[in-house]
Amino acid sequence: MISRFYDVIIQTVCRLLIPFIQVFGLYVIAHGHSSPGGGFQGGVILGASFILLCLSHDLQELRKRMPLKMILLFCSLGVMIYAGLGFLCLLLGGDYLDYGKLHLLFPVNEIQSRSIGIFGIEVGVGITVMAVMVSIFLNLAAPEAEN
Amino acid sequence: MKAIALIVVCLAGGLLVYGTVDMPDWGDPTSPASLHVSPRYIEKTVDETAVPNMVTSVLADYRGYDTLGETTVIFTAGIACLLLLRGMKK
Amino acid sequence: MTIELIIGKYNYWIYISLMMIGFYAMIAKKNLVKKLIGMNIFQTSIILFFISIGSKKGATIPIVEEGVKTIQANQYINPLPHVLMLTAIVVMVSTFGVALALLLLIYRKYHTLEEDEILNLRR
Repeated sequence: MISRFYDVIIQTVCRLLIPFIQVFGLYVIAHGHSSPGGGFQGGVILGASFILLCLSHDLQELRKRMPLKMILLFCSLGVMIYAGLGFLCLLLGGDYLDYGKLHLLFPVNEIQSRSIGIFGIEVGVGITVMAVMVSIFLNLAAPEAEN
Repeated sequence: MKAIALIVVCLAGGLLVYGTVDMPDWGDPTSPASLHVSPRYIEKTVDETAVPNMVTSVLADYRGYDTLGETTVIFTAGIACLLLLRGMKK
Repeated sequence: MTIELIIGKYNYWIYISLMMIGFYAMIAKKNLVKKLIGMNIFQTSIILFFISIGSKKGATIPIVEEGVKTIQANQYINPLPHVLMLTAIVVMVSTFGVALALLLLIYRKYHTLEEDEILNLRR
């Protein structure tokens, strides 16, 4: 449905803008501790940057940058980071998703290790949300013949 | 058909407006929602998790299991979208 | 008395009117995409309702600034509705995506999105 049209201004501006949008998305994920933000918001910003790439160029460009296998990998990887962190806490002797036990792995005290656990699962949530946004858009925008 | 729909919608809206008379006022600090469990979250967040943003700490730590289910829901939606539009090939 | 009632409760009435718009679109419109948009408006009104429950007069956002020693519960607004609605917004986007995928499949099979035409074609 989305075909290529040549417009130098749109393509150049988006090409320049997308890296900054992605850096901002990473900032929102990483700075979710002490400012408004977090995994969900940052993941949506990262996904929107890929959607902007598709809108400004074409579908093939997005397929080249983010193939279907990569989307599936990222979708599963985020959930696996989240659930795996829970199992890690279980293996270290705590309850499921009880990050207090992570201080056995990192050189911090028990309270700060909770902060590290929160950061870990936010990264997982961000990866999943980004991949799902791109997946929904890519599958809805693809023409019928390719499906 | 449209008249019936309009009547049903107005009836539901009227019932809800009647119900709001008993709701707490907007911005009331002593509303029931702000008294039960949230004061503990607000007062103990920094001591217990070293995270200044309460929304993040409640999302990921106090209610981490809830968010795990939520992430699974998004994952399922992405996979369902993929299977619906791409998995129909015969 | 009545003016206090209006000032105290008018936010709920705005959400109820939004909800009525969405509800009407869901049950009265024949086009499936319009039904979907109605569902989105409905969900938005529920989200606004939850957010307004968490607000407190004279309180600030639930982020503790550096150097603050004593934290009192009535200084910060209730973080719990924000958390619940943060996840609800993402679930809303997911349901919207899956519903659009289903609508795309319906359109490819029947070449229309009007509800009564689809029912006629199935008959």
